Amino acid sequence: MDADVRSVLSAHGRLPIDVDTLSADADLYRAGLTSHASVNVMLALEDTFDVEFPDSMLRKSTFESITAITAALTQLGAATPSRV
Amino acid sequence: MSVISEEQGTQAIQPIVAAAQRIGVEVAAPAAEDVDARSRFPQEAIDAMRDAGLLRALIPVELGGLGCTLKEVASAVTELGRHCSSAAMVYAMHQIQVACLVRHARSPQLLDFIRDVADRGLLLASATTEVGIGGDVRSSTCAVLGQNGQFELTKQAPVISYGQYADAVLATARRDPESPPNDQVLVVCRRENLQLEEKSSWDALGFRGTCSLGFILRATGPRTDIVDDPYGDISSQTMLPVSHILWSSLWLGIATAASDKARKFVQAAARKTPGTVPPNALRLAELTNVLSQLHHVVIGTRTRYAEVADDPDQTTSIGFAVSMNALKVSASTLVVDIVQRALLICGMAGYANHSPFTLGRLLRDAYGAQLMVNNDRINANNAQLLLVARES
Ligand SMILES: Cc1cc2nc3c(=O)[nH]c(=O)nc-3n(C[C@H](O)[C@H](O)[C@H](O)COP(=O)(O)OP(=O)(O)OC[C@H]3O[C@@H](n4cnc5c(N)ncnc54)[C@H](O)[C@@H]3O)c2cc1C
Repeated sequence: MDADVRSVLSAHGRLPIDVDTLSADADLYRAGLTSHASVNVMLALEDTFDVEFPDSMLRKSTFESITAITAALTQLGAATPSRV
Repeated sequence: MSVISEEQGTQAIQPIVAAAQRIGVEVAAPAAEDVDARSRFPQEAIDAMRDAGLLRALIPVELGGLGCTLKEVASAVTELGRHCSSAAMVYAMHQIQVACLVRHARSPQLLDFIRDVADRGLLLASATTEVGIGGDVRSSTCAVLGQNGQFELTKQAPVISYGQYADAVLATARRDPESPPNDQVLVVCRRENLQLEEKSSWDALGFRGTCSLGFILRATGPRTDIVDDPYGDISSQTMLPVSHILWSSLWLGIATAASDKARKFVQAAARKTPGTVPPNALRLAELTNVLSQLHHVVIGTRTRYAEVADDPDQTTSIGFAVSMNALKVSASTLVVDIVQRALLICGMAGYANHSPFTLGRLLRDAYGAQLMVNNDRINANNAQLLLVARES
């Protein structure tokens, strides 16, 4: 799942650095993730993993690191991407 | 007085609101015309606020302040806004900076600074906007430089309201030269460490007393003067909601002042023709409906923030951001609508620059509301956020 999250982040996160150089716990906002880009990341994650983030997860902390994102996806029951 | 009481009428008026009322009537109102005509700083009103303790209202008692709630301060801003929009705006902007420090500064040096703001009645200004980034305050070009525990900062600021009169300017900048544009910090630039080089003058349509000149800001100081939390958190949890709440409270004051004039105008006409309702009374009824809308959106959002202000999980949620943005856009649009309705009611007496019913200054000030962080920009943000929002 980590790899799929990274590919969504590199396609939609508009980070000024290569996503693969980031540790799973690195603070994505410090790395340049804007709230605009985080919305696009969210939409792409929902599409890729065929899930919908509930309101309770629509906050900054859900998207602050790759670990936090995978934890949220796991909690939503996302397994493998519905599309590759 | 306002149409609807926030506290449902039972509670006694708060001392700080009473002080703001008195200063509004006795100091700000008599000076407002001169402040506007000369585009000058409302010094006498700010001095009176300092003397009455209004500048330290939001600071907790243990740091030497009055420990007032944001709601109380917001009501004070509305009272001031009825008499001089510029003095009220200076007060509101100062309180926005104080709110950020009180919630997000923890270094002993900054806590001492907050005590100083309380004891000496220091006035704080803000430099979030930067040349080249337009109104996108969540990104900076300039960065904090310096070493050995010292910082150096140079920022091209297109607008720092009352910069020359402030005892410190809180400026946003990138955390360091390698940081991306949105990894910002908030730096307290104290007057003794600060140089402001004037780059533009201030001769604007409204809010003329805010003296919102452009400057090159150059500041140095100890790194302990950088506020502890990342600016992203300060912005979503405090600066953005508090700005929108205090600004809209001020616009409510402008709208109330305009409505008061319209009401007095209609009542004067009614006294001349007892037994018939003057035709303008219908327009006054319509104006009152819109004023009531403005009142409800301002008070309702104020209450919502008061309930969640200390819960970062709530204040960084999408629904919260959308509603704080919605407040700004609605209130800044309604205030123009209301002043314009008052102008139609008062007719030539409102259009004249020197009449008891003159509305020129209120109308010009009201138009500033939509530009203070452009409504198009805010709506564009909300458009994006609404793509993923679930609940309102
Ligand atoms: C009285 C007053 C006092 C102020 N005091 C201060 C102060 O003390 N400190 C401070 O930092 N700031 C202050 N500001 C705020 C600041 O000056 C402005 O909000 C900011 O500079 C925006 O300027 P702008 O209108 O040129 O830019 P923009 O916000 O860029 O707007 C200009 C135009 O561009 C369009 N636009 C550009 N980009 C976008 C986008 N992404 N989305 C949608 N529309 C876009 C808008 O529709 C608008 O028509 C003050 C403003 C006022 C009115």
